[in-house]
Amino acid sequence: MMLSRINFWRVLACAVLLTVIGVSLAANWLAPAGYAKQYREAADAAPSRQHWLGTDEIGRDRFARVLYGTRISLLLAPAAALLSTLMAALVGGLAGYVGGVWARCAMAVTDLFLSLPWLFLLITVRAVMPLNVSPLVSVLVTFLMLGLLGWTSAARVLCSTATSLRDADFVRQARASGINGARLFWIHVLPNLKPVLYAQFWISIPAFILSEANLGILGLGVAEPMPSWGSLLKELEGLVSVGEAPWKFVPLILLVVVVTSFQMALSRQDEVAA
Amino acid sequence: MTDLQGRLAVMGTTTRTTLRKGILVAIACLGILAGSALAQGELRFCLRSEPKTFDPLQVEDESSGAIRYLTGGVLVRLNRQTQALEPELAQSWKVSKDGKQITFKLRSGVSFSDGTPFSAEDVAYTVKQLMDPALHSPTGDSFRSGPGNVETNVISPTQISITFPALVAGLDRQFDQVAILSAHSAKKEMAVLGPFMVADYKPGATVLLKRNPNYWKTDAQGRKLPHLDSIKLDIQPNRDVEMLRFKRGEIDLINSLDSEYFDKLGTTSPQLVHDAGPSLDSEQMWFNEVARSPLPGYKKAWFRSAAFRRAISAAINREDLARVVFRGHAQAAVGPVSPANKFWFNARLKPEVHSPDAALKALQGEGFRLDNGTLKDKDGNAVVFSIITNSGNKYRERMATMIQEDLQKIGIQVNVVTLDFPSLIERMTQTFDYEAVLLGLTNVGLDPNEQMNVWLSSSENHQWNPSEKTPETAWEAEIDRLMRAQASSSDAKKRKESFDRVQEIAVEQAPFIYLVNRNALSAVATTVQGAAPVILVPQTYWNVDRLTIEQLTAAAAK
Repeated sequence: MMLSRINFWRVLACAVLLTVIGVSLAANWLAPAGYAKQYREAADAAPSRQHWLGTDEIGRDRFARVLYGTRISLLLAPAAALLSTLMAALVGGLAGYVGGVWARCAMAVTDLFLSLPWLFLLITVRAVMPLNVSPLVSVLVTFLMLGLLGWTSAARVLCSTATSLRDADFVRQARASGINGARLFWIHVLPNLKPVLYAQFWISIPAFILSEANLGILGLGVAEPMPSWGSLLKELEGLVSVGEAPWKFVPLILLVVVVTSFQMALSRQDEVAA
Repeated sequence: MTDLQGRLAVMGTTTRTTLRKGILVAIACLGILAGSALAQGELRFCLRSEPKTFDPLQVEDESSGAIRYLTGGVLVRLNRQTQALEPELAQSWKVSKDGKQITFKLRSGVSFSDGTPFSAEDVAYTVKQLMDPALHSPTGDSFRSGPGNVETNVISPTQISITFPALVAGLDRQFDQVAILSAHSAKKEMAVLGPFMVADYKPGATVLLKRNPNYWKTDAQGRKLPHLDSIKLDIQPNRDVEMLRFKRGEIDLINSLDSEYFDKLGTTSPQLVHDAGPSLDSEQMWFNEVARSPLPGYKKAWFRSAAFRRAISAAINREDLARVVFRGHAQAAVGPVSPANKFWFNARLKPEVHSPDAALKALQGEGFRLDNGTLKDKDGNAVVFSIITNSGNKYRERMATMIQEDLQKIGIQVNVVTLDFPSLIERMTQTFDYEAVLLGLTNVGLDPNEQMNVWLSSSENHQWNPSEKTPETAWEAEIDRLMRAQASSSDAKKRKESFDRVQEIAVEQAPFIYLVNRNALSAVATTVQGAAPVILVPQTYWNVDRLTIEQLTAAAAK
C-alpha cells in the first residue's frame, strides 16, 4: 500500500518532468515569435491572445521566454550535474578506494573548495572572462562553472562510501583471489558506488537549477537576450503583491514544480543510497 | 497655548463683562493660533545611506549633502525652482571684473543655533578651512582654479572680500554649497545657521533634526521660519521598504522615485506623485578610444571613427528607450547638457533622428558592407562588440538589450555584459579592456565648470580616452581651448558661446552617445503643505523652511 503510494507520486513527478521537458522542446512551434523579439508597443503587457503570459518590461513574449528558459535550464543543469558527479567520483571515489596520502590530499582539496566563497569566486571569474562571448557561450560557461565547482559535497559522500567498500568482505575476498588495481575497482567497487552516484546526480540537478537562478538574479548568469529561469525570476524584484501581476509568478511556480518533481522522482534512489 | 490659558485665568478674576470679552478674545486668539499652528509637526523621510559626515566642508555623499542642505546657512542660494541666485546670509555681493574677487555685504543680527553671533569673521574662517590643503574639502575643489593662496579681507563685521589667485568661473554660484561655520563656537560644525540643527543621531537608524530657534528668516506674515518643529531622517537603503513605509504613511516624502514605483503609486494615488520633467541626469554610452588599450587594431579604428560613432548613435531608438525602459518618464537626450539646464543648454541642438537606414548608409560610406545580415568592415571583420554596464541596474540592462536589438537591425552583433561595479571601473580606468560602456552621469550643478574634468583631454575622467598627454584629435584640442576659455571668462555671454560650441562638437563627434535624460520623479504626502517638487537636488524639500505638515485628525488619518 505504502509502496504503491510512493510509486504514484514518483510516476506523477516523472510525468510532470517529461511534460515540462516535452513542452520546452516544442518551444519553436508553441512560441514561434521567439524569446528575443521585442514588441515595444506592448511592453509589460498583461496576458492576451497574442502573448499568453503577457510581455516583459521591454515587450518580449513571456511565454516564449519561459519555454526557452526552461529548455536551457533543464538541458544544461543535468549536463552540469553529470560533470560534477563524474568529478566527485574521480576525486572522492578514488580517494576512498586508494586511501592514505591520496585520500588526505583529495579531501584537503575538497575542503578547500567547500570553504571558498562561491559567489565572490563566480563574480571574479565573470570579471576576468573575455567580454565578447555570445549568449550561447555564456550559457555553457555558466553551467560549466557550476559543474566544476559543485562536485565537492558529492565527493565527500563518495569518499566515505568507497572507504567502507574498500574494507568490505567481498572486496577482501576478491583481493585474496588475486584481483587488484583498476580491475578490482571496475568490477567490484564501482558497481556498488552506482546508487550513490545516481543519487548525487539527481540531487545536483535541482541544486544547479537553483544556483543558476540565483546567479541570474545577480546578473551573473546567462547573457541577454537568452532567457533562463534566473533572468525570468529577476522580474519579481520590486513586486509588492501577488495580485499586482500574478502571471509573472509562472516561472517561479514552474521552478518550484520542477524542483519538487525532481525530489519526488529521485526519492527511491535516495532510499537505495541510504 | 499654556500661556493663553494663563491669561484667560487672570481675566477670569475680573468682571463678568470682562470675562465675556476675554472669552471672545480667547476664541479669536485660538482662531489665529489655529491658523498659525505652523511651527509644529515633524517631516519624515528616508536617507538611502548612512551620512558619512556632519562637517559641511567634507560632504561627498548624497546623505551628508541632504543634512548640509537642511542645516547649513549659506551666503547665497540657488533657487531650485527659478535656477536664479538669491541672497541669503549675504544681502548683496559683487564679483570683480577679472572674476577673482567677490565682496559680500552680510546680514546683521544673525546668530548661530547656539547663540554665537554671525559676522564676516565666520565667513573668513570658513573660507580658510575650505581652502586648507590639509583638509581636502571636496567643496573647496571647485574654487581651486590656479596655484596660490586665497586671501580674505574682513572690511567690517558685515562686509568681507575674498580674493582667489585665479579666475573662478561662476564664482558667486559656487557659494551655494558653502555652509558657513562659526569661528568662535565651541560646538564647531554643530553650530549652524540653517533652518534645522542636528539634535540626535543613531547610527544605522535615524538622524533627528530640530528647528533652529535662531534661524534668521521670517515668512511674509512676519512669522519665524522654519514652520516645522523637526525632521526625522530614517536611514533606509531599501527602496521597496521606503515605498512601503510611504504607502503606510510612516514617511512623508520620497525625494527620488524610479519610474516603476512612480507608475505603481500613481495608479492608486495620483495626487501623491510628481513628475517635474527631465532632470540634469543623463544615461549615455561610449566607445573605448584609448590607443594603448588591448583591443585589436581594426576595432580601435572603428571606435576612433566619428562616422562609426555617429552611425551607431543614429541607429539607436532613443524614443523607445525613454518610452519603454522609463515608461515615458524620460526624454531622448540631445547632448551633454539637459534641456532642464535653462541657461547652459544649447537650444540649437536637436535630438538625433532615429534612422537605421541613414546609419547603414553612413557606414557603407566608410567601407562597411552588409554580408548575409552581418555588417563587415572593409577587411571582412564582422562588426561585433560588447557593451558593459553595472549589474543590478535593471534600467541600464534593459537599455543595453534594446540597443542590442536596434543594432542587430543594421547587422551589428552586440554582446551585453553586466559586471560588478569594481570590475567595471577597473576595466574602464586601469586595464582599458572593454569596447563600449553604458553608464549614467549624475549632474548636480548647472555650471559647465562642473563638467571640466570630463571634457579636458588631460583629465582622468575624460572617459573615452583618459589622461591624454596632448589632445589626440583636433576636436579634442578645440574642446580643451573652449572649456578653458569659458572658465577664464567672467562674461556670462562669452562663456555661453564657448560652451554652446563644446556641446555642438560633442554631438558632431559623439565621443559620448547620449541616450536619455531621466525625469525627476518624487512622491509627497498630501499632509505636506507647500511642497513644489523641482528637478534640482533636493527635489522635494528645497523650500524646507516654508513647508508645513497638516495635522490630521485621527479619523482622517485612518
